[in-house]
Amino acid sequence: MIPALETRNLTKRFGSFVATSDVSLSVRPGARHALIGPNGAGKTTLINLLTGVFAANSGQILLGGEDITALPAHARVRRGLSRTFQINQLFADMTPLDSVMLAIGEREGHGRLGWRPLSADRVVADEAAALLERFRLADVMGSATTLLPYGKQRLLEIALAIATRPRVLLLDEPAAGVPEEERHEVLGIVRDLPADVTVVLIEHDMDLVFSFADRISVLVGGALFAEGTVAEISGDARVKAIYLGEDA
Amino acid sequence: MSGEPAAPSGQAAALLRRAERWQLWEIALWIIAVAMIFVMPSHMLILTEIAILALLAVSLDLILGYAGIVSLGHAAFFGLGAYSAGLFAKFAITEPVTGLLFAGAVSGVFGLATSFLVLRGSDLTRLMTTFGVAMLLAEVVNQTGWLTGGADGLSGVTVTPILGLFEFDLWGRTGYIYSLIVLMAVVFISRRIVNSPYGLSLKAIKRNPTRAAMLGISPNRRIVVIYTIAAVFAGMAGALLTQTTSFVSPDALAFHRSADVLLVLVIGGAGYLYGGILGAVIFTILRDWLSVITPQYWMFWIGLILIVIVMVGRERVTRWQALLPGSAANREAKARAAALAAARDAA
Repeated sequence: MIPALETRNLTKRFGSFVATSDVSLSVRPGARHALIGPNGAGKTTLINLLTGVFAANSGQILLGGEDITALPAHARVRRGLSRTFQINQLFADMTPLDSVMLAIGEREGHGRLGWRPLSADRVVADEAAALLERFRLADVMGSATTLLPYGKQRLLEIALAIATRPRVLLLDEPAAGVPEEERHEVLGIVRDLPADVTVVLIEHDMDLVFSFADRISVLVGGALFAEGTVAEISGDARVKAIYLGEDA
Repeated sequence: MSGEPAAPSGQAAALLRRAERWQLWEIALWIIAVAMIFVMPSHMLILTEIAILALLAVSLDLILGYAGIVSLGHAAFFGLGAYSAGLFAKFAITEPVTGLLFAGAVSGVFGLATSFLVLRGSDLTRLMTTFGVAMLLAEVVNQTGWLTGGADGLSGVTVTPILGLFEFDLWGRTGYIYSLIVLMAVVFISRRIVNSPYGLSLKAIKRNPTRAAMLGISPNRRIVVIYTIAAVFAGMAGALLTQTTSFVSPDALAFHRSADVLLVLVIGGAGYLYGGILGAVIFTILRDWLSVITPQYWMFWIGLILIVIVMVGRERVTRWQALLPGSAANREAKARAAALAAARDAA
């Protein structure tokens, strides 16, 4: 079976600092794959390499078997690789409706110069409304994004990624910074993501990782340290010592 | 919306329609502009000047207010349009509308060719490259005196009646009506552009390029397109100046023109199309008034006003449209204030 997402000997250096060191990772289609590791282990750098924010120094990235190493970020999205950000990257004074309309419209190729007003895009508007409702954002679709509670902003962050209809979705700490009372809403959305979407999750919250993931990769110092099922990783003494030991 | 809470899709459709609707103040503004023909028949020349400056500012707003590209060389397109229209009238066709389209096309080609210079880099590099392009063009005009008249300007531009029907008159009435129609047409087209999915993508690129790329948007192509369109409109503004004055001065390419139009946008506010028009009205009247009361120091006062505007806070001063009754921005500002108040109460 062709992996949904694969890296081969991926390496990224910043000066003499090796942020990602020879990482070879394989994620099978439909997986719920968690990426864990202590702070500074290079998790977000890896996501940035995968999505084309940074260019790798060496190695390859394959999406569904296709080499996307040299493609710019937007071209990777068009091929079905989407992400959310650890720190919200939203359009502050645009409404959730406009933001989601944008994401869906771009997916459908409506964003090139045209004469038709946004409101004439009924199919896109209907899909946007349905998506906003699913993400519990329907009641705030018309207000500026900055005015939303943080939990709602996190939901919008995920909604925008889903709107691009990804084959592989990279979630960078989706519940980070969300207050306790809004947390279950975000986690519920993450759990209910469509089964055919391959999800790679970066997370610090071990309860979430163990309840969500079917496979876990552990990064330490930019390199892949261990990989296995939830049971294997949670029973691995070395992982416990290096990583879980911090929390315990 | 009335009565029952609408289903999300109906609510979305209503919100989208509301954002695109012509607002009262917009309609009022155009009625006033048309009424000026009858109300102030002796001020046609300054009104024409305002309309041309407004057109240039609207075109700058497309790239500055929507795509977030700062330019200190927008006069390049204005001047190129002015000279194109002048030379076209002198050596080819004297009919103004043809000349207007020709000038727009020439300027647009130049805009397309130079758009690649503004794709990369910071605001500062963009300021410098656009400034450099305008200086280069000004020097080319200066050195090709055999064609452009050099420092003396291009004279002997003949302008025949518009479409062969409407003759330019001594009081500038035809000139104002002509300029106003072009301004209206450009604002109407620009309105369609910024309210389209393409316009939305420009706003997104300006606000958060990182996220825009992560939605599959290739920013470069979008910027090239809007830069070219803005160049076409700026070229048309230049053509209007040539055709309403029958003369092209090297001043059309001067640095101060690029700076003035930027100032106009600062005064009027960027990012809602009408800032250029309101700014042009305020700027021109202010300059006229100051140059009458203090002919030698008017630049001093303009400078002082600029500083005050920036210090008092652009956000508040330049969102004129928010103060107008019946504006969506006004409603939005109220909703924002109410939400903030509610958040304070909750805390």
